[in-house]
Parts: sequence; C-alpha cells; structure tokens
Amino acid sequence: MPAIIKNTAFYALVVLIVVLAVFPFYYAIITSFKTGSALFTIEYWPTSFSLANYVSVIEAGSFPRNLLNSLIVSGLVVALSLLMAVTAAFALARVRFRGRSLLLLTILSVSMFPQIAVLAGLFEVIRFLGLYNTLWGLIFSYTIFTLPFTVWVLTTFMRDLPIEIEEAAIVDGATPWVIITKVFLPLMWPALVTTGLLAFIAAWNEFLFALTFTSSTETRTVPVIIALLSGASAHEIPWGLIMAASVIVTVPLVVLVLIFQRKIISGLTAGGVKG
Amino acid sequence: MTVLRLNNIRKSFGTYDVIKGVDLEINPCEFMVFVGPSGCGKSTLLRLIAGLEDITSGTLTFDEKVVNSLTPSQRGIAMVFQSYALYPHMTVYDNMAFGLKLAKGGPDEIKRRVNEAAEMLQITGYLDRLPKQLSGGQRQRVAIGRAIVRDPKVFLFDEPLSNLDAALRVQTRLEIAKLHAKMHETTMIYVTHDQVEAMTLADRICVLRDGNVEQVGTPMELYEKPQSTFVAGFIGSPKMNFLTEKFADAYRAHTLGVRPEHLEIREKDGTWNGNLILSENLGSESYLYIDIGAKDPLVVRQDGSARQKPGDLLHISPINDNVHRFDQSGHPARA
Repeated sequence: MPAIIKNTAFYALVVLIVVLAVFPFYYAIITSFKTGSALFTIEYWPTSFSLANYVSVIEAGSFPRNLLNSLIVSGLVVALSLLMAVTAAFALARVRFRGRSLLLLTILSVSMFPQIAVLAGLFEVIRFLGLYNTLWGLIFSYTIFTLPFTVWVLTTFMRDLPIEIEEAAIVDGATPWVIITKVFLPLMWPALVTTGLLAFIAAWNEFLFALTFTSSTETRTVPVIIALLSGASAHEIPWGLIMAASVIVTVPLVVLVLIFQRKIISGLTAGGVKG
Repeated sequence: MTVLRLNNIRKSFGTYDVIKGVDLEINPCEFMVFVGPSGCGKSTLLRLIAGLEDITSGTLTFDEKVVNSLTPSQRGIAMVFQSYALYPHMTVYDNMAFGLKLAKGGPDEIKRRVNEAAEMLQITGYLDRLPKQLSGGQRQRVAIGRAIVRDPKVFLFDEPLSNLDAALRVQTRLEIAKLHAKMHETTMIYVTHDQVEAMTLADRICVLRDGNVEQVGTPMELYEKPQSTFVAGFIGSPKMNFLTEKFADAYRAHTLGVRPEHLEIREKDGTWNGNLILSENLGSESYLYIDIGAKDPLVVRQDGSARQKPGDLLHISPINDNVHRFDQSGHPARA
C-alpha cells in the first residue's frame, strides 16, 4: 500500500508541475483557434477550430515582414556573436597575456547591467552611428548583450580542451586560425549549439531595445508588433490575433530546440562537468 | 642528416629557472635520449627544441642555422606526445594527412605518404576509424604515423610509452627501435624517466638533473664510467649500492658504489658479511637484501632463484674488484 501511495503522490506532483509549466502555452494555442465572442468564455478544452486568426495575422499588414526581420536579426546576432566569441575565447583561454583574468571579469560584469540602465546611452550611440530605425541597430545592441555570456561559456569550454591537441596542430604547421576552425570548432559543436541557441532565443524574444530603437512598422521585430497589435477601436484588444501571432513566433524556436536537442544536453554537461 | 647544437640554452618561467645553461651537440642520425627524474627539465628541453616554448637565452641551431625564432613546422620537426594528442574528430587517415594538407601537398602525394607510413606501422586496417575506436597502443602508433608522414628532419618523442601497459610498452619500445633503424637519416630525441628505455634505445644518453646536464655518453659509458653518484644511481636496475664511512675508507673513497650484479656470495672470506633480510625471486634471477651494518641494506643480484633463507649469514665480495670510487663532491675519486 505505501508503495502505491508513494507512486501516486509522485505522479500527482509531476502532473501538477507539467500543468503549471505548460498551461499558459496550451491556453494560448486553444485561444488562437477561437473567434468572436467565444474568445471571452473560459474553456479548458478546444471547442472550436478556426484558422481565421492565423489567416488574418499573416494577411494583415506587415506581419510576414516582421517575422523576416526577426529571423534576420536573430540569425545575424548568432552568427556575429559566435564568430567574435570563438576568436575571443581562443585568446582568453589559450594565449597568455597580462590582465587576462581582469578582462574576463570585466566581460562578465558587463552582462550584469540591466538593459534599462544602458538604454539611454545605447540610444545615443545608435543615433550617432546612424543605425536608428534599422535592423543593424538591433543587431548591434543585441550582440553587445549576447557576447559576454557567449564569450564566457566558450572560454570555459575551450580551456578544457587538451593543450596537447593544440600543440600537435602547431607542430603540424597550423596557424591559430586553422587551429580554431579545423581543430577546435569541430570539438566545440555542443558548446556552440548551446550558446548559439540561447543567443537566438534571447534575440528573438527581446522587446525593450526593439521597441526603442525602431520606429516604423517595416523595421520592427515580432515581439513589438504583437504587443502593438490593436483592434478596431482603442479599447478592443484582439486576443485571437495576438495568440495566433504568438504561436507562429514560438514555432521556429520549438523546431530549433527539437533539432539540436541532443547537442544541447551534451553541450550543457560537456562544459560543466569536466572541470 | 641534421646536427643540432644547443649553446648555453636557458629557460625561465618568471623567476624560476628550469633549464640552467645547457650545452649539447646532437649528431646527425643519432638517437639521443634525455633521461632524469621528474622535474629535471627534460621535457622542457625537448619542448624548447620543438619550438613549443620560447628559449629565454642561448642559441639553438639546426645544421648551423639558428632556429630560435622559427615555428615547429619551419624547423622541420615532428613530435609524438605522451597523451597521443590525436585529433578526436578526424579519422586515422585525416589525422596523419592533416600536416601534409596544411603544407599544401598534392592529393596523390599525401595519399602515397600516408599509406606508406600506415604500412610501416601496420595500421592500414583502420585508416578510416576514429581515435576513440582504437586501443591505447593503436593510438600511439597513429601518433607515430602522423609524425612519420611529415618526413621530419628531427623526430621528437615525449615519454611516448608512459600511458601504455607493461607488455605493450616493451613491444612498442621494440618498434621504435626498428623505426630508428629504418629512418636512418633522421635525428631522434627521446624523453623518458625510465632508464631501461634509455639504455635499450639510445645511441647516446643525456642525463639531466635540476636543469643541468649531468653526463652525456653512450649507454655503456654511463653504465661503466658514471661521472657522478647521481648518474651511477640513476643508470642500472636495481640501483647501485652506495657505501660510506668505514666501508668506503677501506677503498680510499668518500662513497663506494657497487652494482648488485657485480657482487657475489662466497662460501667464506667475504669482503663484507651480513645477515639476509629478504630475497626477491624473479625466477631467472633473484635479489638478496643483506644487512652488513651500513645505512641501507646491500642488494646482491644472483642467477636463478635464491636458496638462502632470511637470517642466514652471508659473505659478499665484489667480482674482480668492480667498484666505483667517488670523492666528497660525488665525482670519481682520482687517487
């Protein structure tokens, strides 16, 4: 008897956690399939199924364009920050120079500032560089915020790669660039995938900078567009459209995570356990 | 056919001197072994020759050309590391071809050289495997193969056998000896802390101690004429017996060294007498530990297994007066 009670209690707890974690997403999905006044009745099971919200989100105005913006911005942020982080990590992990640990700590402390603290200053910089209301402004600011984390993780990971492998490559006549690209990168896939994915998610969901550094609908990214979706009048909030857009926005992330799922798991342990 | 000359080579890490002025000439096609206890700087010296560490002062020349500031590949060296250091994501073939590809060799040339090396080391069967699918001994062969394909002027080994088990170590040692015979135009430098490897492989041995060269010579020179108590104790197994005080005084020396294989048990009239403490039987030979009243027990090597029992009184004498006399400073006594 006690075993059964134990088991039931255990699975009850599991169910509770899953429901708490998944319910908001579930509710968003079933809401996105509702139309008209059905939106305002509280139902826990899908009662109606209509793609009307999706159709109107995609057809209405600039949503596809904004989706593309988000893809471009997030993709470039990942590419740029990984490129810079890998090269920086090589220097920080493998080249002996004065002030190396100080530099590492500075990098880490940069990432501690809240976005809002640097918003005004960054706004000035972006205006000065002529990047205001362009995608480059977003790419620039996101990269700044992604790099400390990426550099830190990759440095730790690269430090754990055996030094003899690097020396063997040096003996084979490899330049630092060849060592990074031909020897280290293939060994670092798990770390790259993990950090790259986290950087992508951060850029994809970012709201504050996207709202501040862009002003026209054509340059906005999806999170801002969703927040600014409005109905026929100022008092009507188009929940159906918002939910449909949110679901569409989440799909790429889910797909990415599913593709790289195994790599993420091995990446998270590979960097951490082998100290 | 490369001659290496080390001219007052020094290496410091910060304020700590690791190599304290080494002068050494390594002859063309020679198999030179650096040997010494851990921390004596032998690996550092090898890495200085390889170009993996910067030389603090002094000059290193290959064929009279100063190579201090050249990279390892410009020096034309190849190196086998203790931990194999294979590229884990590349197949055996790619591991061996990597250096050639970087040197922009033609694809046919690369293929020919890799296959040649693979055949020499009998690893043709697993050219398309990954390092993780190989055993330790196979990995070390691949590491040696990777060095061979580069056709180096100087071939460096950094304790290549330390990670192998005892049986494999003997086998691989033989193969390295064969390799040296085949690559008779290549100068080889080999670092080890194991004096058996040094004695069996070397043309000449360089014994290092605390960053200085203690003695350089052929294995037999070091064995027969050690220039210090350090070398005398380091070369030979089991270790040479050292006797002081009244035992040495009789020979007009400060320290008297006698190798266990140069001692014999007599029926009577021994130079020294003592009780057997313990005997180690290896079947083909045995080692007797005898208390003759000196600081350490005297070790005597005997053919076959020992018949004596612990506690027996034994009479021991050096064979043909084969003893080494050292003065106060640890060097051979003249008078």
